[in-house]
This record gives sequence, structure tokens and C-alpha cells, in this order.
Amino acid sequence: MIAPTGPILNVKKLNVSYRTETGYTDAVRNVSFTLGREKLGIVGESGSGKSTVGRALMRLLPSARITAERMDFEGTPLLALKEKQMLDIRGRRMSMILQDPKFSLNPIRRVGDQVAESYLIHFKCSKAEARAKAMSMLEAVQIRDPERVYNLYPHEVSGGMGQRIMIAMMLLTDPDLVIADEPTSALDVTVRLQVLNILDTLVSERGIGLIMISHDLNLVRNFCDRVLIMYAGQVVESLKASELGKAQHPYTLGLLAAQPRIGGSRAPLSVLDRQAAWETPLEAVQ
Amino acid sequence: MKSVAVTNLSIALGMGANVANILPDLSFEVEKGECFGLIGESGSGKSTVLRCISLLLQHWRGDIAIGGTSLRDLSVIDRCRTVQMVFQDPYGSLHPRHSVRTVLQEPLKIHKLDRRQERMEQALEEVGLPISFLDRFPHQLSGGQRQRVAIARALILEPDILLLDEPTSALDVSVQAEILNLLSDLRRRRGFTYILVSHDLAVVDYMCDRFAVMQAGDIVEVLDRSALVNDSATHPYARELISASVAYDRAS
Repeated sequence: MIAPTGPILNVKKLNVSYRTETGYTDAVRNVSFTLGREKLGIVGESGSGKSTVGRALMRLLPSARITAERMDFEGTPLLALKEKQMLDIRGRRMSMILQDPKFSLNPIRRVGDQVAESYLIHFKCSKAEARAKAMSMLEAVQIRDPERVYNLYPHEVSGGMGQRIMIAMMLLTDPDLVIADEPTSALDVTVRLQVLNILDTLVSERGIGLIMISHDLNLVRNFCDRVLIMYAGQVVESLKASELGKAQHPYTLGLLAAQPRIGGSRAPLSVLDRQAAWETPLEAVQ
Repeated sequence: MKSVAVTNLSIALGMGANVANILPDLSFEVEKGECFGLIGESGSGKSTVLRCISLLLQHWRGDIAIGGTSLRDLSVIDRCRTVQMVFQDPYGSLHPRHSVRTVLQEPLKIHKLDRRQERMEQALEEVGLPISFLDRFPHQLSGGQRQRVAIARALILEPDILLLDEPTSALDVSVQAEILNLLSDLRRRRGFTYILVSHDLAVVDYMCDRFAVMQAGDIVEVLDRSALVNDSATHPYARELISASVAYDRAS
């Protein structure tokens, strides 16, 4: 492990384009950021490229073209790694929590075995050790009866519990970076808060860097330290979460104003007035 | 404008040993022209209530009266002209190979209405879509536009009651604002009665006058909109749900 002061991620001018029939279309343009041991939120509407950034970092986009001036993970340039070396990093030193546990857990394997699998793959240990590790991790995500839950199949657990199992699976190998792609948008408000609290505690205790991808401004504001706001594949604004109220960019302001509030006014909600200028490359500004 | 009265509604799904009482015994009333909200966590039976009112589920017991007439006494044609529903997922509720024209024309044909072209154009205009969209297919529309088409389809029969099953939860905040504005504007102009299911209290607060908190198929409390601000809910579950949502919303 490197010194805890150094950044976990250093990304400079990341570009991702998807292959289409007519050539390549840019999904992500010139995204640069660094991540320390903190919680970084990436916000934007669907199609803004926020999930693509997360997947590009994990190198999970085999058909896309990824270029970057720099994409260093703890000093290792990710783009120069062979797929085989990537396998040692993916799931071990960086892992990803996906949106819907219903679709991201294997339906025909017991959830406990799925959690233990990541430990078995990355560490030399016996099955019994991995099982014990998984069991204690399930306990850490506040699953009350881990012995029973270990042997359940994904369809037998609720959404909130499924998402906690995903978190357990992803944190078991003690990674340095966790990318959470809409981890709670499939959950109810009450369950959502529980899951977020668990994630928050574990991430702060272990000093993990977290990237939280979400379309929910409230969530990011309550949960993250810093926020990147993406529009049409670019980062249009980067702010401290506590200073989201002082946002400058019209798109951020539009998103904030479009949200209904409890106890807020009944006047028509303001609607985003999209401007073509937001899509023009921001190189000059950066 | 018509009122809705649901009395002792109950429904059980499943067979034999697996029978589940989804709604044990439920009653509520919605006044005419009101927007009534149903909130609760997933599995609490909110959508089932709408499915019973729209008779998508038929084997319920109890009584649902619309404007004083029992729902079961209405003919299919009359019922569909009175009650229409908008579903949660605009990606799933439009037929992928039917153009907007086909979607909007079907109810007009079934109900043998005249001035079809005019009605279709009017419905699109009301939901803020250009008339040229009549010849588009769902894959040529964005999520917000699809939801507008779904709303237009519900409006075209000029119903009195609109059942809204999480109309915006599949949409982005920016698009959600457009749809919510559209719905409240339509209610103001046309005087619909809405029953809105949502798990987002901010949406319910923006749209509804009163709302019911549901848990395990039962209404635990019916609250006025002001209860959110005054914190006047009394049932422990309603209080928990509201405080969780307010805590979530608070920082803003």
C-alpha cells in the first residue's frame, strides 16, 4: 500500500468513445479529477456519462475506446496494464457496487458463497477461512443472522439486504477504491438511509476512497465530500458537497431548482433550459 | 369531476398454502378534484390499490364507488372513460412497435369517438409534444417524452379520474420537474381527480392535498399535506417514514 497521503486516483483528460455503425461517439470528454481517501460524488442525468467514467476506471468497457493523458491508480497507470494484471486489481484493490442487487447477484448460487468467492480468488486460504471471513463481513454490514443468510439464494433476500450483501462482497478484500454506481436508487427511503450509513461507516473506518455515482443531488450532498457535476460527457462543475448551494454553473443551478422539496412552494417547478453552449468543450476553461 | 370511495377493499393473491393477503381491509375516500397520495415502502400494496381500482385485478372484495356508482356496475366502456391509469415505467408501458398514432388511436376506435385526428392533435398539444410526433415510435422518444405520450393516451378519453403509479420515479430530476408541472397544470385546467402512488415524499408534498401512509397493505394514517411541515403524524411508522424522508431532504 502506498502512503496514505498520496491520491488513490489521478485521472487527467479521460476520453471514452463507444463504437457505433458510423464511427465513434464520445461518451466522456476530457474528464480530470484526483481522488484521495474521501467520498467523491459524480452527479448527472441519464446519458451524461457518469456510469461510463466508473466503468472506464474498472476497464469494464471492452468495445469502447478509452484514452487518457493519465489514469493512475495508486501510481499504476491503468491503461498500460494487461488484462491479466487488471484481474489482480479488479475486485481486489478496486471494486464496484452496482445498482440493483436483483440483477447483479448470481441467481443460482448461495449469497454467502458469492461473498466468499472474492476472498478465495484473491487470497491463499482454505474454503473454511473464506467462509469465516465472509460471515464476519456479513455481520459488519449489519445482517443480523449471518449463518442463515449465508445459505440463502438471491431471490430469498430483500432489496436492502441484497445491497448490503453486495457491499459485503465488495469490501471483503479490503480494497482501496470502491466505485458505487447508484447503489441505493432501487431501495426505499428508510432502507436507503440504513444502507448508506453502513457504507459510510465502513468506508470511513477503513480509509477507502469512494466514488459515488448518482442522479440524486440530495444523496450526494448528504453523503459525499466533493461533487463533480457532469453534463453531456463533461465535468461542468466541481464543488465541495457542503457548498453545493453556491454552485455557479447554470446546469447545476437548474438541477437544484428542479427538485421538489418537502414543505416547499407549490409554484411550478423550474425546468432546465438546456443550452448548446454547455456541450462545447471546456478545455479553454480548464 | 368524480369522487372515489373505497370501502373494505381486500384482495388475496396466490394459491393454496401460499395465499398472501395483500390488502387485508382497506378504506379511504378521495373527494372530487382532489389529488390523493399513497405512500409506503415497496411491497406495502400501494400499486395493488390502483390495480384494483382500474380492475386490472378483478377478484377483490369490498366496494369501490366512483361518483357514487359502484365500479362493478359500470360497463367496461363507461369505466374506461371514467378511470385511466399512467404507469411507472415509460420504457415498458408503450408497445415498442406501435407508433404514437397507433397508441392514441386505439382508445378512440374502441370507444367509437369522432374527430380522431383532431383529438389526437389536441391530446399531444396538451402534454406539450409537437404534432409531428404522431408518427414516431417509442425508441425515437426520450423517457420524458414517452411518459408524456402515456399521459396523452390516458387523457384522450377525457376521464374524470387519473391513477398515477409512480409517474416520475423512472425519470431524472430535470425531467421529473417537467412531468410534475404538466400534471398539476392539467389538474388545474381540467379538474381531474388524481390518485398518486409514490415513494418520494417531496413529490407527494408537491402534488397532493392529502395522503395515506401504507404499511403491509393497511392504511396506518391519512394525513394532510401540512402534517409534513408541522410534524403532526401520530402513527410510529408514519413518523419514521416522514422523518427519514425529511432527514434525507433536509440538507437542501
